[in-house]
Amino acid sequence: MSEEVTPPPAIEVQNLVKTYAGVTAVNDLSFTVKRGEIIGFLGPNGAGKSTTMRILTGFLPATSGVVNLCGVPVATEPEAIKHLIGYMPENNPLPEDMRVSEYLHYRGRLKEVPRRKLSDRIEEVLELCDLKHVRHRIIGKLSKGFRQRVGIAEAVLAEPPVIIMDEPTIGLDPHQILIVRDLIASLRGRMTVLISSHILPEIEVTCDRVIIINQGRIVASGTPNELRREILGHSAYKLELAGEVSVLSAVLAQVEPTLVIASYSEPDATGFRTLHLTTECDDLIGEQLVRALSNDTRFRLRALAHEHPTLEDVFLAATRRTWDMVDTPSKSLN
Amino acid sequence: MLLVSFSTYIAAVLFLFIMGFIFTTMMDYYSTGGQETTPAVVFFQYFWVPVLFMVPLLTMKSIAEERRLGTLETLLTTPVSTVEVVLGKYFAAYFLYIALWACTGGFFYILHRFAHDARFMDIGPLAGGFVFVIISGLMFVAIGIFASALSRNQAVAGIISGTLLFILIVGSNYLPGVELLHNEAMKPVKAAVDYAQIFQHLSDFSHGVVDARQVLFYLSGAVLFLIFSIFSVEVKLLHS
Repeated sequence: MSEEVTPPPAIEVQNLVKTYAGVTAVNDLSFTVKRGEIIGFLGPNGAGKSTTMRILTGFLPATSGVVNLCGVPVATEPEAIKHLIGYMPENNPLPEDMRVSEYLHYRGRLKEVPRRKLSDRIEEVLELCDLKHVRHRIIGKLSKGFRQRVGIAEAVLAEPPVIIMDEPTIGLDPHQILIVRDLIASLRGRMTVLISSHILPEIEVTCDRVIIINQGRIVASGTPNELRREILGHSAYKLELAGEVSVLSAVLAQVEPTLVIASYSEPDATGFRTLHLTTECDDLIGEQLVRALSNDTRFRLRALAHEHPTLEDVFLAATRRTWDMVDTPSKSLN
Repeated sequence: MLLVSFSTYIAAVLFLFIMGFIFTTMMDYYSTGGQETTPAVVFFQYFWVPVLFMVPLLTMKSIAEERRLGTLETLLTTPVSTVEVVLGKYFAAYFLYIALWACTGGFFYILHRFAHDARFMDIGPLAGGFVFVIISGLMFVAIGIFASALSRNQAVAGIISGTLLFILIVGSNYLPGVELLHNEAMKPVKAAVDYAQIFQHLSDFSHGVVDARQVLFYLSGAVLFLIFSIFSVEVKLLHS
């Protein structure tokens, strides 16, 4: 169609399958990533995240399926692909005996950055990753936060259009996570970034779009907000209330017909219970709810909050959904 | 990667120390009475001592360490192929090996400078010895690289290459004595074993006889082991 006019998408994966000795690690995965997007790749351990990333880099061959990076097929043109990617594997392996600047120089030469441009480029990435004061230190003696930043500096060194990072924030303290997050966010628009992570708030803040995979399949994809609506499908409210629960349903139905009690706790010493309400209504109905309950003398309302589902809830719901899907046919993947 | 790692320097110092020790002992021996052969011939007869520990020490890290740390993964996602990685590792280790041997040339220079005796400085066997080291090193280092490609544990890689080298150098020395080979049916095998006499090669080289068949033996051995190393790296990638 209009493929001559618009540049091909940064990452294009179609029906990707990878099996290891009878175990299916990636099962019919398809997705597309636009240029300049930051994509979060989520999934429980063993979901196939690392395998997918390794196939994208051309390091592992796929069993079947098509992978194109910037329109270049990975399977037939591995050499061209290697100029298009910056890859940081899981656990960020680095040579222990080299100094930071030596390592970047060595990697720069390997990635065929012209010698004239290389030292300027190293200065730039050292500045970008705030590594200037450790440039002469030996990598094996750096702390985890610095090592991680050395890995990111290395990935962006040759200015590839696609950056693939496998768990860039694993094992970092909250302060370091913040720095790495800002670093990744600073690449937005210039490079396409695919990151995998377990740390969900992390993904929510940095990524434009999230792909959740489980058992080698995509279970959900979209922006964090879309996912919330798609997976959870409703808004939730949390109440702290004293009074008879059995008559509450009638009151709730007057406020909003779809509003139901999802769960409630036993009353505490002062007689208050914590209740969770859900509704399929997308409008905010907190105000009506407060008015209805405080006008009713049978109830005493202490607190009401609109529950904001986190990506974590979405993730748990989405992965649980696939387990249900996978378990029902008697085909086990692990 | 070899020049930034600490173990290389330990290996280098150890090598020069042991070779110096052999040389000094030999000189001691010469000083007590006249000998029939020149120092160079005797010196190179001990070539197997450094080969058995130097080659494993220099090569065991090369691929095993990359694989253990996971840097092989980052290395292969840059625009280099498996073949280039293996050959790069091989030539790095080989040139270091040759450079260290070249240092022992200093021993003969010192001898020449202070002995003032032309008999000690017989250039023929000396050159022959170094040519032998340069050519045989091609195969020995390739064996080390191959062993390193087999395991992710560098100690295991070192032991494998040490054992292979020991079988090749010392073991082949005893093979012609095996009764089985004297059987008529085993004649081709016996011929092959007779070719693979590394001590015989050394003595030929020292006497100035450079046989193309012997050179070919080391060259083909080196190529074979390098091809095996490349296969071994690639196969492990497919099954990782």
